Amino acid sequence: MSTGEKFIQMLIAIAVFFAVVAIILLLTQRLRSRRGELIQSAAFILPAIILIGVGLLYPAVTTIYQSFFDRTGDAAVGFDNYKTIFTDSDQLLVLRNTAAWVLLVPILSTFIGLVYAVLVDRSRFEKVAKALIFLPMAISLVGASIIWKFVYDYRDSSNTQIGIANAILKGLGFDTYKFILNDPWNTVFLIIVMIWVQAGFAMTILSASIKAIPDDIIEAATLDGVGGLKMFRYITVPSIRPSLIVVLTTISITTLKAFDIVRTMTGGNFDTSVLAYQFYREYFNSANQGLATAIASLIFLLVMPIVIYNVRQMRKLEAR
Amino acid sequence: MTTAVPDEKGVEALVAQEPVAATAKRALSSPWASLTAIIIAVVWTLPTFGLLVTSFRPEGDIKTSGWWSAFITSTPWKNWTLANYDQVLNGSDTNLSTYFINSIIITVPSVLIPISIAVMAAYAFAWMKFPGRDFLFVAVFALQIVPIQVTMIPLLKLYVNQGFAGSEAPGGGFYTIWLSHSIFALPLAIYLLHNFMSQIPGELIESARVDGAAHVQIFTRIMLPLMAPAIAAFGIFQFLWVWNDLLVALVFGGGSLEVSPLTVRLAELSGTRGNDWFLLSAGAFVSLIVPLIVFLSLQRYFVRGLLAGSVKG
Repeated sequence: MSTGEKFIQMLIAIAVFFAVVAIILLLTQRLRSRRGELIQSAAFILPAIILIGVGLLYPAVTTIYQSFFDRTGDAAVGFDNYKTIFTDSDQLLVLRNTAAWVLLVPILSTFIGLVYAVLVDRSRFEKVAKALIFLPMAISLVGASIIWKFVYDYRDSSNTQIGIANAILKGLGFDTYKFILNDPWNTVFLIIVMIWVQAGFAMTILSASIKAIPDDIIEAATLDGVGGLKMFRYITVPSIRPSLIVVLTTISITTLKAFDIVRTMTGGNFDTSVLAYQFYREYFNSANQGLATAIASLIFLLVMPIVIYNVRQMRKLEAR
Repeated sequence: MTTAVPDEKGVEALVAQEPVAATAKRALSSPWASLTAIIIAVVWTLPTFGLLVTSFRPEGDIKTSGWWSAFITSTPWKNWTLANYDQVLNGSDTNLSTYFINSIIITVPSVLIPISIAVMAAYAFAWMKFPGRDFLFVAVFALQIVPIQVTMIPLLKLYVNQGFAGSEAPGGGFYTIWLSHSIFALPLAIYLLHNFMSQIPGELIESARVDGAAHVQIFTRIMLPLMAPAIAAFGIFQFLWVWNDLLVALVFGGGSLEVSPLTVRLAELSGTRGNDWFLLSAGAFVSLIVPLIVFLSLQRYFVRGLLAGSVKG
């Protein structure tokens, strides 16, 4: 398709959906009676309900159903796929890696984001300083992966280094290191990329709630001679506890579903796969629908309690 | 004040007058604190900066020296060139300009379609009375938590069976990606816009109704103009989400390069030409430039939308 044709198709698609909205508005604008209002409200919500029903609800239910069938979806196998996830050595490795991601990314990015937010709070360069940390949040995980792959670039110790991480190692007199290849630490180096992205999110949310701490609390603490680390430990952290929880849970959810970094940096090789990537691999590379849908259902199951807790905390936060 | 010894009251007044900002600053502005902040800022900036510098260096230089060595010579920019960008955009083997256009083609409808449908649904949920309203709204909200992976396989089969997939399909196969992004965005869009709309005072709607306005008039004349900030926040969030997405494009694009966005192409390049840093560095920045512009120019809306959409997908 030529560029022009693509743009025409794009305009058609937009026009179709705008036309649906316009027609609904035109057809229902004269309705006034009680029954008329019923028809009108049905017309208003129907496009959304149909799309969500067909595109979210039906597939989600089907996926969970299919997770109890074999690789082609023909024979029922009970909980066998789930058993595979928790017993097969390859899959156990995936679970180990996923656990490392979900523990390290939220804790470290929240910690770094919090420390940074406190340090730059009300300083002269606050705006610029915050934008620098937040910037990785705006770019794609594919872009972030390429940026870090370059940082980790490996060459033998005897050669000139072009990756800054190995250049520093060499400058300090160590051997260069295959950051992306050497299991098990390569998972940690992939995790660093996600921390690099998510710290900005943590910092932004936490910085806002630090600013919301009432001045008189800080004043009173200062009069009592509290300062520095003590202020941080006994005043700042307790005051922003609800936001801390929201940040931690939100980053856990994002991390559980993140797939781009593993795919771009290692393709899931060298023992770095995680659940979200393994789902893709089992279906598109191994053509194992049963196992893929079971992994997807497991992600769903893991995400659900965190989301519910997260939403409750967020409600509390908004109510304040 | 500086020479006279103030009485007790004076001390208190002085402390109270001192701005809180200054006290907080004094408490934390040890040299170690500043050093920590600077180290974090440098670690967070340097990787991106290094790749940006690399994208302007000639291929031979990139292979034989680190990007930092460009700053050790007296005129680092002497050899700088746009050749990498030229090759990555127009070179027949990479041809990123096509994918840049694909990214635009994918993103624009994927932002506008969910907005158009969600704005209407959100109005009905906020201001119309019909049986089952609260239940449906909670259901829509709850579906936000479904991870995209869970919906993918059945949805893909549905598209294939209905003839939406493949280059012969209507829209050249773009519909699978447009529809998927729109569907995945709807719960969040409806929730956000509903929250915003229900904050608009009820008297405004009531008085308009008393004056004889029907829902359609209220919707088009009163609501839509008031909604602009909320629509902007959601729109920017969704724009960046779609632009930066890899999974949806990869799965629903069916691996066809005809409809693939920049992210898919870049991920592929990173696998097949992983050591050609002159291509990868320039390619990465071709894909980063749009989000960076959006982020830097619309930061306020962006943060708002980001927080609201943080559990999406």
